[in-house]
This record gives sequence, structure tokens and C-alpha cells, in this order.
Amino acid sequence: MKLKKLITAVVGTIAIPFASIAGEDSQLSIDGQLMVTRVAAPAHMENVDEIFSGWVFRTDETQALQMDDFDNPAFVFIDKAIDTFNKVDGTAGKACVSCHESPEVFKGLRASMPRVNSSGELETIPELVNGCRTERMGAEKWKWSSGSMAGIVGLIGLQSRGMMVDVAIDGPASSMWEKGKELYYTRVGQLNMSCSNCHEDNYGNMIRADHLSMGQINGFPTYRLKNAKLNTIHGRFKGCMKNIRATPYKEGGDEFKALELYVASRSNGLTVETPSVRN
Amino acid sequence: MKFTRRDTMAIGGATALTTILPSLSSAAIPVDELVMGVTGGADAASTGISLTAPEIAENGNTVPISVDAPGAVAITVLAAGNPLPGVATFNFGSGSASQSATTRIRLAGTQDVIAVAEMADGSFASVHQTVKVTIGGCGG
Amino acid sequence: MAKGVKPRVKVPKTAAAGEIVTLKTLISHKMESGQRKDKDGNKIPQSIIHRFTCAFNGNVVIDVKMAAAISTNPYFSFDAVVPEAGEFHFTWYDDDGSIYETKKSVKIA
Repeated sequence: MKLKKLITAVVGTIAIPFASIAGEDSQLSIDGQLMVTRVAAPAHMENVDEIFSGWVFRTDETQALQMDDFDNPAFVFIDKAIDTFNKVDGTAGKACVSCHESPEVFKGLRASMPRVNSSGELETIPELVNGCRTERMGAEKWKWSSGSMAGIVGLIGLQSRGMMVDVAIDGPASSMWEKGKELYYTRVGQLNMSCSNCHEDNYGNMIRADHLSMGQINGFPTYRLKNAKLNTIHGRFKGCMKNIRATPYKEGGDEFKALELYVASRSNGLTVETPSVRN
Repeated sequence: MKFTRRDTMAIGGATALTTILPSLSSAAIPVDELVMGVTGGADAASTGISLTAPEIAENGNTVPISVDAPGAVAITVLAAGNPLPGVATFNFGSGSASQSATTRIRLAGTQDVIAVAEMADGSFASVHQTVKVTIGGCGG
Repeated sequence: MAKGVKPRVKVPKTAAAGEIVTLKTLISHKMESGQRKDKDGNKIPQSIIHRFTCAFNGNVVIDVKMAAAISTNPYFSFDAVVPEAGEFHFTWYDDDGSIYETKKSVKIA
């Protein structure tokens, strides 16, 4: 019996239970602009009443990094993206700025992406960027999670910061949305886990020494302290799949695009935080 | 008393913990020794300098710290448990308005962070704080 | 010159004579620590920015000696006094011999 007590004591000191979310009541204000970090869940979510931005789950120090655009290290990559925006690349002798007057013309885009285009295809921001590069600029495609792509996607996303995420899920988007939803709830990999096992069933709980978030993507591309760079949505999906020992789908492939649409729709009502800071 | 397989494993685990933990912390250089390394053997006062660091760092890659020592000419920051303890030395010139600075540092694990100030009169002051570095849940 | 190094500094455009201002700096740099190994198990040599200085009209504000324990994309924040109109001069010194510089002028309001 004594032995059991000893074990319990040892284990008890390691697994500290955390019931509540760290910064549930903190408010995210960036240079005077207030973000919505908790709000009633969109009607389509059956198992959750309230949704939280990933910012809520971080420690005070990490939260503070996102509250000032100078303290936020992501902005060094945004600065680089502004240079890229103005730099001629490709055989047509064009830069982004040749057609798009300034990054500000993209205000609002990030809040409604991904979306179904006039040809009935689901499109994402990286695809729009690569479309411009190959068709208008005569430049090479960028890799989905390359530094240049993450930077430009971040710069475009920043223009919609503070706007409410409002991704369409009905009409022509509905079949892809259903596909994404199915992926979200399907267990995969050696650990046999679905997205929902962590991000719906256990958000706010500890996974080792970390708070599990709801897996919201309203702040992507996000600067992670872990790798000190901008991380893309599909890059993060890939990381999650590796963690559960599954074979990740391809970045930019139909599965991740559908999943992006579904996960984005789970943040309908939160504000775009691009570029956010996470651990 | 009968030992099941599970009990044996648990004892092993508990023993390993108690033996590993002290050996890990003893790998770090003692705080006093590091402070003496900066002061050249002189004693350091425990007042006149402050160090602001998180009690728990979410990621050891980027730990925000601030140091402040009014009247100092230089402040050296050390991390006792890093492979190399040196972090930075801030030298304040005539254009500085306060002898304080903020930066972000790497910590290889839970350890003491130390700040040593050299004052204008040649005396020293030091302060240290333990920062717990947590292990991430899912690295991906 | 290490690839893609870009400095950012935050300096107020105007100040009152004798005003104390908080300056912030960030520079994109890997700060390769010398502690990591590559895929083949060989140690990746240290390659960091080892010194950062800030001066106002030639007067040193801060001179920082940096080790590998400074995080990727080094960040500093500190206070300077602005006695007259002039220019802040920020300099970063890379292990590879590169020097990155940026200047910001301040007017007296």
C-alpha cells in the first residue's frame, strides 16, 4: 500500500491538472484595435457552444508578443514580403505591384477564404498567388510553405486583420465543406486520432506541458516560437498529422483544401489575427 | 508483499526520477561561481538590480527577459543550465537614459537565469531567478 | 552576408529636447547556435550576430555583446535620451564579417 502512495505522490507532482483556460478573460488589443477572441460558436457546430482564438490559450508573455506590431516578430517577414511585393520577378517583367496598386487592395479577402470560384473550384490564397506568378508574371511557382509564400500570404492576410471571419459553407461550397467535415472527424494514423479528439474534445486541457487549443486558423500564417518563422495552414495540418503518426496529405491537395474550408468555418465570428504569435 | 510487473516498473520509474533529477541540476554551474566569474571574485550586492523573467516559459526558444540596474555601466546575463552559460553583456553609454534593457533568450531547460551589474564605482550587484521551461505537447 | 537579413527599428520621429525615448530593434537572423547537428550528425558551426550597438550623434547608447543564447531574430528594447535633433545609428556585427546598419533621424518638436 505504501508503495502505491509513493507512486501516486510522484505521478501527482508531474501531472498537474488544469481545468480552466489560461487567458479566458484576457482581451487582445493590437495597437488599439480590439480582436474578438471568444464568441458564440457558428450554428453549424453541433458540439461546441463557444469558440476561442488560439491566443486565449497562450501564456501572458506569448500573448503580449501579439499585442504590439513591433514586438511581434512576424512583422520582419511582413516587411520582407512588402519588398517582394514590389520586386519584379519572371519573364513578363512584372511585380505584384504592377497589377495590384498596394497590399491594401486585398482588404477583406482573407476573411472569406477559402472560397469557391466562378469555375466551381475551391481556391485558397496561395493558389491565387501562384496563379498570378505563372500566368501573369511568367515566374516560377512558389512552394506552398516556402518563406516567400508564407510572407506574401501573411501580408495579404494582414490587410483583413480585425475583420470577422465569414467563410461561405453553403451553395457551391457545401460539398467541399462536407468533405472537410468528414476529414475533421475521421480517425487516422498509428495513434488513430481525429482533429476533433484534441481540438474539440480536449481544448483547454494539457497535452504534456501545453494547453491544447481549438485549432482555429484565424491567425495564420502564424509566427511560432518553436521554429521562429511564419507557419502556413497546410504546414500546420501536416505537423498535426505527423504527430499522430499518420501519413500527411499533400500541402495544397484537395484533402487539406477541404479541411481548411471546414476549419475556417469553425472560426466564423472570430476576427482575422494574421500574423499571430503562437508557441 | 508481492510485486506485480506494474509495481516494479513504477519503482524503477520513481527511482530513476529521483536519481536523474538531482544529477540534471548539478550539471548546471553553481550560481555563485558564475557571478564570481563576472566580478572577478568580488562579492556582489543583492540589491540595486532587478531581473524580470517568466516563472514558466512556454517555449525555451524565445524567453523574454528584462534587466534594470540604475547607475550600472554594464549588465551581464547568464544562463546557468545552458551548454554555454554566456547570454549577453549590455554596456551602457552616455546616450542611454536608463541602465535597463529587454531581449529574448534561449534556455535549454529549466534553470537559473542570472544578471550581474557592474556599477560606476566598481562594485557589483547580482540577482537570479529560476525559469521553468516546459516541454511542448505536440512538437508539430 | 547571411541570407535575407533584414533589420527593423522603432524610433519616434520627433521628441522634445532632453526627452527619454524607448527604442526597439529586431533583425531577422538564424542565430545558429553551434549546438545543433545536421542530418549526418555533424555539428553545424556557430554563426551568429555577436555584437549590436546603438549610438546617437556619435554618443554610445548601448553596446551589446551577444552569445548564442540570444534567440533567433534578435530583439532589443532600451531607453535613450534625445538631447538635440540628430540621428540614431544602429549596427549589427555578424560572425561572417557582415555588418548590417540602419539609421533613423529624430526631429525636435
